[in-house]
Amino acid sequence: MKCPECDADLNIPEDAAVGEIVSCSDCGADYEISKKDGSTVEIKEAETVGEDWGE
Amino acid sequence: MKVGIVGASGYVGGEVVRLLLSHPEAEVSMVTSTKHVGEYLHRIHPSLKGFTELTFSELDYDKMSDNCDLVFTAVPHGTATEIVKAFYDRGMKIIDLSADYRLHNADDYTKWYGWEHPHPDYLSKSIFGVPELHRDKIKNAQLVSCPGCMAVTSTLALYPLIKNDLIDTDHIVVDSKIGSSGAGAGGTSGTQHAMRAGVIRPYKPAKHRHTGEIEQELSEIAGKKIKVSMSPHAVDVVRGILCTNHTFLKKEVDEKELWKIYRAEFGEEPFIRLIRDKNGLYKFPDPKFVVGSNFCDIGFDLDEDNNRLIALSASDNLMRGAAGSAVQNMNIMSGFDEKQGIMYSPLTPV
Ligand SMILES: [Zn+2]
Repeated sequence: MKCPECDADLNIPEDAAVGEIVSCSDCGADYEISKKDGSTVEIKEAETVGEDWGE
Repeated sequence: MKVGIVGASGYVGGEVVRLLLSHPEAEVSMVTSTKHVGEYLHRIHPSLKGFTELTFSELDYDKMSDNCDLVFTAVPHGTATEIVKAFYDRGMKIIDLSADYRLHNADDYTKWYGWEHPHPDYLSKSIFGVPELHRDKIKNAQLVSCPGCMAVTSTLALYPLIKNDLIDTDHIVVDSKIGSSGAGAGGTSGTQHAMRAGVIRPYKPAKHRHTGEIEQELSEIAGKKIKVSMSPHAVDVVRGILCTNHTFLKKEVDEKELWKIYRAEFGEEPFIRLIRDKNGLYKFPDPKFVVGSNFCDIGFDLDEDNNRLIALSASDNLMRGAAGSAVQNMNIMSGFDEKQGIMYSPLTPV
């Protein structure tokens, strides 16, 4: 599966369960596994707490 | 392979020696200095204590040609013109770390350095030592000229954008920050600690010499003359360069497309890392995380409101910006594994 943000190959462990968060190693985007049916996996953008860098 | 380093007492020369002393294929057989003849190397470069008992010798072309298979020249700009030619004429392989053979066009020396090049016919013999751009030519080169530290750092971030015809080539602004070791071991009143500590000093807001190299390389890729606006600043670190390269898009482009372009260009490159992370400590290139290594880290951000694409690049000025590049070029010229002796992870925290 490709990362929807940057198109890198997304590493989803075979034993990953629904609700688990996977992170793209290239761009750092987080995704939540929303559905899993055998080898078919669906993901959605994970809720993240925005960091305040004092901007 | 036996190597010699001319001008080994400076910061760049010292860094070349440091890398070569641990290089599995290289043996440092001679180091020269004008000021420190007879002195142990470690008296000038204390961190090399215990790694070598070499002493500095005078520059003797015949002796060096007899004792070395390849020579690095790390002498001040303007003084390498004769030294490089002398070795070239003796059939030696040379890696020059000065600016004296970087520019292909003799007129550019008058423009950027204010002196006339004494051997313009030798400029075409020199290959600009950026493996990502000229690897095939470097393989067979007798003379390789290593790029300026800020020039290579910004060029690497910019050239893929030009190659893919993404940006307006009339408006490229390179804003760079560089640490104190970039000024060399010489020293002026401005490099005294009391005057240097804590500065964010715009030291050449216009017409910095490295501009000529960036323009040369980007123009070659564009197939037309390109002008670059560059403003370097001296900041309060010892090593490190950050280039914030401002460019303006000719057409709409999204993040995914930019990832694709940079990956296509650098995916196989051993010393380029793409940095644009939404999480963690390291979101965009920062010299903090490359110091001590040969990496050039590259990232980007999009400012759609202004049609601006900011290409960011960070390197260690003494490594990728000088000695690391030089050893990478030596590896390529000599048929060694390109990563040998320079594939170190950065030193953090420093
Ligand atoms: Zn991604």
